[in-house]
Amino acid sequence: MRRPAAGTWLLALPVLLLLAWTVLYPNAAVIVGSFEGGLSHWREFMASPADREALTSTLVISIASVAASLVIGVPLAFLLTRFEFRGRRALRVVATLPAALPPLVGVISFLFLYGESGVVTRGVQGLFGMEQSPWRLTGLWAIVFVHAYTMYVFVFLFVSAGLERFDTSLDEAAAGLGASPRHRLRRVTLPLLLPAIAGSMLLVFMNSLGSFSAPYVFGGGIRVLSTQILASKLNGAMGLAYVETTVLALSAIAALGLFRLLQRKQRVVSTGKGTITRRAIRSRPLQLVLGIAGFVIVIALILPHLMVVLVSFARDGAWTTQVLPPEYTLDNYRRLATDAQLWRPISNSVVMALIATAANIVVCFLAAYLLVLRRFSARPILALLVALPWAIPATAIALGLAATFNQNDLWTGRIVLVGTFWILPLAYFIRNVPLVATAAESSLRQLDPALEDAARGLGASWWLTMRRVVIPAARPGLIAGGLLAAVTAVGEFVASIVLYTHSNRPISIEILAQLRALAFGTAAAYSVLLILLVLAMAIGARTVEEQYA
Amino acid sequence: MRDAPAGTAGSGGTLSLRNITRRFGAHTAVDDVSIDIAPGELVALVGASGSGKTTTLRIAAGYEQPDGGSVAVGGTDITRLPPQKRGFGMVFQHYALFPHMSVEQNVAFGLEARGIAKRTRLERARTALAGVGLGGAGGRPVQSLSGGEQQRVAVARALVIEPRALLLDEPLSNLDPVLRQSMRDDLSALLRRANVPALLVTHDQEDAFAIADRVAVLSKGRILQDGSPTELYNNPASLDVARFIGRGALVPCTISGGRAAVKIGGRELSFPVPRDATVAGGQAHAILRPELVELADAGAADAWQGMVLARRFAGSTMVYRIELAPDVVVEVTGGDDQAQLGARVGVRPRGVPVPVVGG
Repeated sequence: MRRPAAGTWLLALPVLLLLAWTVLYPNAAVIVGSFEGGLSHWREFMASPADREALTSTLVISIASVAASLVIGVPLAFLLTRFEFRGRRALRVVATLPAALPPLVGVISFLFLYGESGVVTRGVQGLFGMEQSPWRLTGLWAIVFVHAYTMYVFVFLFVSAGLERFDTSLDEAAAGLGASPRHRLRRVTLPLLLPAIAGSMLLVFMNSLGSFSAPYVFGGGIRVLSTQILASKLNGAMGLAYVETTVLALSAIAALGLFRLLQRKQRVVSTGKGTITRRAIRSRPLQLVLGIAGFVIVIALILPHLMVVLVSFARDGAWTTQVLPPEYTLDNYRRLATDAQLWRPISNSVVMALIATAANIVVCFLAAYLLVLRRFSARPILALLVALPWAIPATAIALGLAATFNQNDLWTGRIVLVGTFWILPLAYFIRNVPLVATAAESSLRQLDPALEDAARGLGASWWLTMRRVVIPAARPGLIAGGLLAAVTAVGEFVASIVLYTHSNRPISIEILAQLRALAFGTAAAYSVLLILLVLAMAIGARTVEEQYA
Repeated sequence: MRDAPAGTAGSGGTLSLRNITRRFGAHTAVDDVSIDIAPGELVALVGASGSGKTTTLRIAAGYEQPDGGSVAVGGTDITRLPPQKRGFGMVFQHYALFPHMSVEQNVAFGLEARGIAKRTRLERARTALAGVGLGGAGGRPVQSLSGGEQQRVAVARALVIEPRALLLDEPLSNLDPVLRQSMRDDLSALLRRANVPALLVTHDQEDAFAIADRVAVLSKGRILQDGSPTELYNNPASLDVARFIGRGALVPCTISGGRAAVKIGGRELSFPVPRDATVAGGQAHAILRPELVELADAGAADAWQGMVLARRFAGSTMVYRIELAPDVVVEVTGGDDQAQLGARVGVRPRGVPVPVVGG
């Protein structure tokens, strides 16, 4: 049956060591670093009003983002899965579009739209003849606004999937037993959707907790933990940065634990085969209202993308006080392709993403193989190591790397990577370990474990079994997961801003630099390029999944 | 919640489906179906999948609206009434038990919807559970129940609301064969005790014959025949009905003077037809059932000649499958060791009336 443990350990040990070294060790170094000099850094943190404010705002923003995402995502999911109307499919596709915006790009597009000199802001101002702009996109609520736009997609997708799996005969049974629609929603539908809702809430919460770009770009006076960490690091107050990082990571892990507890309380239920019956909306007035609402929603959702595309054709420096950019040109794109300085970030991002993803595919395949098809005592530890980067905000991961790989000391397992090209691929690799490993695991789970034994029983060597049975089984997950990992790596911003150097600066950092130089057109051209890359790879991942499904 | 009717057992009156028609695009799923079910009567709607039986049931329950026709209970039209206001008890094919509730919470749900106080409804739920033989199971999670237990919970949940009618969608199809036999009897007894009109949908004619008072055979959305199990068995109205009921070879015959003649392999034998047979003369099909024919010696003058294809042990008897001609295979009950596999044998009518069907 199961191979003797020795062979398994031969494979498991390098994987465990590598992950412990890159995933666990840096975070441990941060915690240890926070206690350097006793409790003085912690006292400093406690005494700092700025840090206390940062902790509070981080939590408030995260909770508000979860609430806002629920308010948008849940009704939209119900509307698009339970009812049939014209344009439903199109609306479904559009509803997921915000997820195709790399974090920084979403923030920028909001700046172009709703910022003080944004198109919508100026449009409203002009329309009503106001002296001043009607609102200011800054502060806590601005951050929540952007979060809600980009993160409601999690809620929407989770709840839609939950509803599609929902066994409608349960709802019918409840109706037959005399329950009113409201009673059914409260007692049957919502309780059964709770696992899906809780799962998406956790995702939004974790993302908001670690969110960097929105607070960084238009936080105004608002401090959050992730921006505080960077500020402390830039000020050279590494001890304080370590404390802040530890607090951020602990909040994330606490949130994770809390949600797990909640989910365990609710007996998780998968209701097997779902037969969806969509109610056709027949009433004319309702159709009209829905049509208009749908149109408005589509425009609101797609506007950020359109805006970035539009601005990417605007001549840098020409757009000042007008509602829309006055002059259009292809120069921005031409410059990206011809100016070596501008091309550099693109090639950097692509090369670093490819290196990180290649490493992800190899390491995560081995980890998934060990987790799914092998039994050995250190299996729970491996599972933990693989999942850990998911629970730790990117800023914290980056700071851990900065704290660990800043000196050559082989005895403590440290080498200098900070300031070199390799630090960013490493950061990208770590961030994507959970994603690629989960994808590979789910593919391998569909492989009957007996198949491997059968192949061996037929006389196939370990390597032949691997090549002909195991790797082909993992392939769809590895390709889909790898593509998604490449997408996140190409647009990565949060870890990059902590670790980049001038020579390996990725696209996101360059976008920020162009924005600072008020070269909106160039920044937008980069953004469009990123969006196209993201879309291409997302479509690729989906095609792969469908092909193997 | 107050609008849910508090039905009283037996007081609802007859459930009537009148000229029900339902179209899906160009396809007519239910075509002019009419059934009346009296209180205490159990009618089975049988048909192959896609025959429209489930759609008919869903229209009766209110989950679907008919394009034509009406549903009435005790003379009151309820065609446009939503399911939650009909006060019917429904048992779903996969039982549709609420997975996040305990067994008694499931059973009490209909009472909860009627605004009945928690203590009362749980008490009544427990009584109902005891009635289906699940007295102590109230606190258990539904996932821990076996298929048969789940089915009984579903029945208790439908009965506890004192429904005006009971509707059952393939209630036995998810049970294993042994359990199925005993559940047929239990279910039949439970439904009769409720004393309300009961409509059961099944693709299995054995289930239908075993528990229903009346069986309606549905094909392509139309009712082919509606009658007691004996009527259907002994006097099917058409070849389609005969084929659906099965358990016999359909062999072409000629009828004259109360007897049918069948010619196989050049040998013509005749036998009586039932007195109430609807076909009086001409071409028809005889339904040669295993118990209506017997084995004879090979070469016997008063028997068709054939070869034993298979033998099947059926408890007290043995069923032999015999090929009389390339397209005529009959089954014959006989003694334990009357013929070996591959042996040449004769088959002859026992002389008892054999049902016939026109066409």
